[in-house]
Amino acid sequence: MSTPLVLAAVLLMTLAGFAAGRQRALASSGGHARSLHSRPAYYGSYVALWAAVPAFLLLALWVVAQPLVIDMMIRSHLPEEIRGLTRDKLSLVLTTIDNIATGRAVAGEVPAYAREAAARKVELQASANWAMAVLAIGLAVIGFLFAWRRVNPMLRARNSVERATIVALIACSGIAILTTVGIVFSMLFETLHFFSLVPPQDFFFGTVWDPRFTAAGSEGSAGQFGLIPLLWGTVFISLVSMLVAVPVGLLSAIYLAEYAHKNVRAWVKPLLEILAGIPTVVYGFFALTTLGPLFRDIGASLGFEVSATSVLTAGVVMGVMIIPFVSSLSDDIINAVPQSLRDGSLALGATQSETIKRVVLPAALPGIVGSILLAVSRAIGETMIVVMAAGIAANLTLNPFESVTTVTVKIVSQLTGDLEFNSPQTLVAFALGLTLFVVTLGLNIYALHIVRKYREQYD
Amino acid sequence: MTDSTLRMSTADPLARTPRKLTFDSKRIRARYAAERRFRAYGVAAIVFGLAFLVWLFATLILQGYGALQQTRIKFDVTLDREILAPGGTVDDTALRTADYTAMVRTALRTTLGIGSDRVARREAYALMSNGADSELRRIVLADPTLIGKTVPVWISASADVDTFLKDQKQRQLAEDRRRLNDRQIAWIDRLTADGRIDRQFNTALFVNGASSDPEQAGMGVAIVGSLYMMLVVLLTALPVGVAAAVYLEEFAPRNRWTDLIEVNINNLAAVPSIVFGLLGLAIFLNFFGMPRSAPVVGGLVLSLMTLPVVIIATRASIKAVPPSIREAALGVGASKMQVIMHHVVPLAMPGVLTGTIIGMARALGETAPLLLIGMVAFVVAYPATPFDPATALPVQIYMWAGASERAFVERTSAAILILLAFLVVMNATAVILRRRFERRW
Repeated sequence: MSTPLVLAAVLLMTLAGFAAGRQRALASSGGHARSLHSRPAYYGSYVALWAAVPAFLLLALWVVAQPLVIDMMIRSHLPEEIRGLTRDKLSLVLTTIDNIATGRAVAGEVPAYAREAAARKVELQASANWAMAVLAIGLAVIGFLFAWRRVNPMLRARNSVERATIVALIACSGIAILTTVGIVFSMLFETLHFFSLVPPQDFFFGTVWDPRFTAAGSEGSAGQFGLIPLLWGTVFISLVSMLVAVPVGLLSAIYLAEYAHKNVRAWVKPLLEILAGIPTVVYGFFALTTLGPLFRDIGASLGFEVSATSVLTAGVVMGVMIIPFVSSLSDDIINAVPQSLRDGSLALGATQSETIKRVVLPAALPGIVGSILLAVSRAIGETMIVVMAAGIAANLTLNPFESVTTVTVKIVSQLTGDLEFNSPQTLVAFALGLTLFVVTLGLNIYALHIVRKYREQYD
Repeated sequence: MTDSTLRMSTADPLARTPRKLTFDSKRIRARYAAERRFRAYGVAAIVFGLAFLVWLFATLILQGYGALQQTRIKFDVTLDREILAPGGTVDDTALRTADYTAMVRTALRTTLGIGSDRVARREAYALMSNGADSELRRIVLADPTLIGKTVPVWISASADVDTFLKDQKQRQLAEDRRRLNDRQIAWIDRLTADGRIDRQFNTALFVNGASSDPEQAGMGVAIVGSLYMMLVVLLTALPVGVAAAVYLEEFAPRNRWTDLIEVNINNLAAVPSIVFGLLGLAIFLNFFGMPRSAPVVGGLVLSLMTLPVVIIATRASIKAVPPSIREAALGVGASKMQVIMHHVVPLAMPGVLTGTIIGMARALGETAPLLLIGMVAFVVAYPATPFDPATALPVQIYMWAGASERAFVERTSAAILILLAFLVVMNATAVILRRRFERRW
């Protein structure tokens, strides 16, 4: 019996459980729902939960565990000399067995032991599937009968169902934690693996990035994995983008908050925010086909050599993308500065711009710095624009007209194409990802800390 | 110390001469000029942002609208009964495997009057799409009664012809800088004069799968893949997000554990999207062994990214439900769970849906994590289920942007316009939902 079929059967039991539980509750009260402890539907849900939850838990566990157990049994039956092989070769053998078992074509001569193991595997899988079906459906039936027999007017069905609901709610909110844990552990694990192949100091302090892709399987493919050029590229591009985003974002926020008429503000603010809603791949395309060539032509006419993918192109486009992040957050913060401060300054004879520069901005400064830091972390983590517009050459350069590469670009380029999960060329992407994660997390926490610590309390 | 202050005070002219409180028109004028300058900077900043927006959209529209039309050439194709239905019976496999290329090519040669000159033949064939045979096959399969007749058939022109006809500047270029030579242009002119060239709506762009020929390439697979992903996001992020928000807002005790969850959710919203791609690769693909390029994996990764958005939106709208509602429900004897499930959550639903749609719109445009889980794939056939290989709209844009043919620039812009259209529709829905159903208490 296949898994979907078992699922369908358990689901059917659940529905039947709901109907039967409700029916029995009504019948036991002689048709007077008032004499029941809970409303009839709760009795139905009670029986349905008992039918569904144990069976589904078993199914989930089984689906995860079955391949592992079968794998282990197959492995223990392989001939001695095969089991003694290195890990890579053993996994190759297991893949061959797997391919035979699923009926896929296998290249070359197949040894007898593999054929035997494949036959065994098919057999084991079939019996395991049957066992799973019988156990799961059996569990559903047992749960159903158990709960159904317990249904009587005194049973506190609602309390049980509500307790189960709370558990489900807690589990759902745990997913957020689980995601973070998953992110950290998956990357940490692969990063440690990477550091067992490449020493950490070579990664963190190396100034040369040359991973040297080699043919699959060949040994001794030592590339150089220096983080510094990538980090510099990331910082350089973020710097350029901030040079665009901070003045433009801040000035437009000031204008919208302090000068603009209400109607102008109602139109301009959402329009500017469109900039943040455009997918980054669109910006990347624009940088690649329009802005890059334009900068190159302008540079050529002025006598500069501007490469088609350059720090400048990527930085400017990214800066435009980030404008709304800076302007929206700053706008909120400037609006939060109490009017009395402005009135006081204006009453002393300051012009509006003097008030803004000397009173409003200093009061709003921590919040503005926080919003800029958040924008920086956004710029550092941005991928598509730099993948398409910054280039792939890892240059350690100060020239904004040259192309550089970033951490995110290298994560993408190391992980697209055929992957082999034990080469440093692939694993380095996880080390880069972890670096990126830690840096952006640090920036975010620091930004929130600044906002909290230096926030002026006016009330 | 005293020394330095003394020196400073003598250096500062303001300290020596007492400040005049009289009307200093020069200074006032300077201050007003500074005021005007400052305002002008603000206007300039806004104009810069808006101008960039206009520039971006204008570029995309000007580049992309051409791709909505595809040049087609009309040929009188003789559907040879000998080839299509050998032995007089219409056989399905014979119909599918027949040599349609030969038939279209014969028609092309007779139309242009080309003999056995091989160079001329090759140049003529270059006018026509490489997918001409499958277009003809589709026509014949749709209507087998045509077999044996000579029928006028519109066949896609090659991308070179299409680009040439859309961009008149190419005609002025020197021959060696064009993709088409003078003889081919003469043929095109002749076909145009005969009324055999026409531009028609480019259905292929919306329907076809991947192809290396621009005129045959379409976004059908990408659109379906993206729809599957959005479905997965909706089915996972919405219930889980609402449940988590309900727990955090209504049940969770204030303790370290719930604080941790809250900090977590806020941080997850700020994690770079590519990190989610690494998570998907390491957990979903490597650990759970899910298939590469499958929309279900992409959908799961995107729903993890959307989850914080849904949770934050749900918490905000649950908070907005007034306590009087809860108190009334509690007053008639509802349990806390009943109050929440029967009253609070339904009343908060418009806000929840608005937040979810906005989160999904962001997820729809997300590219980076999908690159890592193998969505950069050349998929020709539609995915039947979310477990089959597919690609996604933004990934398709990325792939086309990297293609070298000039015709793909046009198609990329068109694909972007379609993606933006989807985003506009989703955001508009969210706004309408908010306007119509949001209640002010």
